[in-house]
Amino acid sequence: MIELLTENITLAALVSLVGLGVLFGGLLGYAAEKFKVESDPIVEQLDELLPQTQCGQCGFPGCKPYAQSIADGDAINKCPPGGQSTINAIAKLLDVAAPSLDEEHGEEEIRTVAFIREDECIGCTKCIQACPVDAILGAAKLMHTVIARECTGCDLCVEPCPVDCIDMLPIEEDIEQWRWSIPKKQHRLIATSSSAVYETLT
Amino acid sequence: MVAGLSHYNKRMQEFAIILVSSILINNYVLVQFLGLCPFMGVSKKLESAIGMSAATTFVLTLTAMASYIVNELILMPLGLMYLRTIAFILVIAAVVQFTKMFIEKTSPLLYRVLGVFLPLITTNCAVLGVALQNANKDLNFMQSSLYGFGAGVGFSLVLIFFSAMRERLAAADIPQPFEGAAIAMITAGLMSLAFMGFSGLV
Repeated sequence: MIELLTENITLAALVSLVGLGVLFGGLLGYAAEKFKVESDPIVEQLDELLPQTQCGQCGFPGCKPYAQSIADGDAINKCPPGGQSTINAIAKLLDVAAPSLDEEHGEEEIRTVAFIREDECIGCTKCIQACPVDAILGAAKLMHTVIARECTGCDLCVEPCPVDCIDMLPIEEDIEQWRWSIPKKQHRLIATSSSAVYETLT
Repeated sequence: MVAGLSHYNKRMQEFAIILVSSILINNYVLVQFLGLCPFMGVSKKLESAIGMSAATTFVLTLTAMASYIVNELILMPLGLMYLRTIAFILVIAAVVQFTKMFIEKTSPLLYRVLGVFLPLITTNCAVLGVALQNANKDLNFMQSSLYGFGAGVGFSLVLIFFSAMRERLAAADIPQPFEGAAIAMITAGLMSLAFMGFSGLV
């Protein structure tokens, strides 16, 4: 066998590489069985679709718990920051009809970012405790400020502020956030028995 | 007894030289400029850098051993040295895949932190570089594994230092044109200069 291989170089190359491939394939197959991870991939996928504002407007402490709850059969229209687009995406993932946003949990708004009017801030740290994503910097009796990049625009810091110095500013579109706008749905011509009418397909 | 002891000392000395040489003098990242993608990509956070270092060291040691075995038992006897590159890539891919499964099982958190960079260890040129250099230098099994391990430790050392610096740089007041990747490149260049000081150590 070895002699045949050493004499025939092409065959040797073929056999050794194929052999290696089969060997490693077998090993990996065995390892895949041995190190199998039991996880619920649907929760991860749902969590990725949610906007990660961690705002708690859905009634759960954060996006991951809500994702878990959706996986357990909860309604999918409880996320105001995500809005209709998130609902549609989840509906598509779960293959169910997309309901409209549940008004009980809040209305969909344009994305905002918190801004502290810094000369009015008295340094009470109340907004820092309210922030679910630790996007507010500051210390007691010192001015606070919002890390705009980390802020998810969840509004939770506005309520606790005793001097009302927090504004929610709409995020201006710049080159980093600009996206292609979704094309408008087309009007399609539908022929009926009497006459041709325009109807919006939604 | 004395002869045995001096032999033992000699071997220890040799191992120490191999380690110092692969960690400091021929550092794969800063002196040989191999494996720069994870060096730039995973160095933004110290935690993920430590995780990446551990994973890469593990993979490097394991591939150095595995590729030695493949080279010595399959490629050399059959005169297939020209297939080294492709055979070693096969070995590396298998080892990385195994590491991925292993980490996913043992530490899901680390698995999430490393994310896409874990499978990308496959394309880390330092890994292939170690395997090919070991084969070219005709090292024995112990030396090969030590070289692999040393290369991993060197990679870890540099990656952890660099990420620690980048964490500080993120908070530093850097002139705008130098922000982000630019200052990281300059820092890496300065580190490389510093590591050149080790040449001629042994």
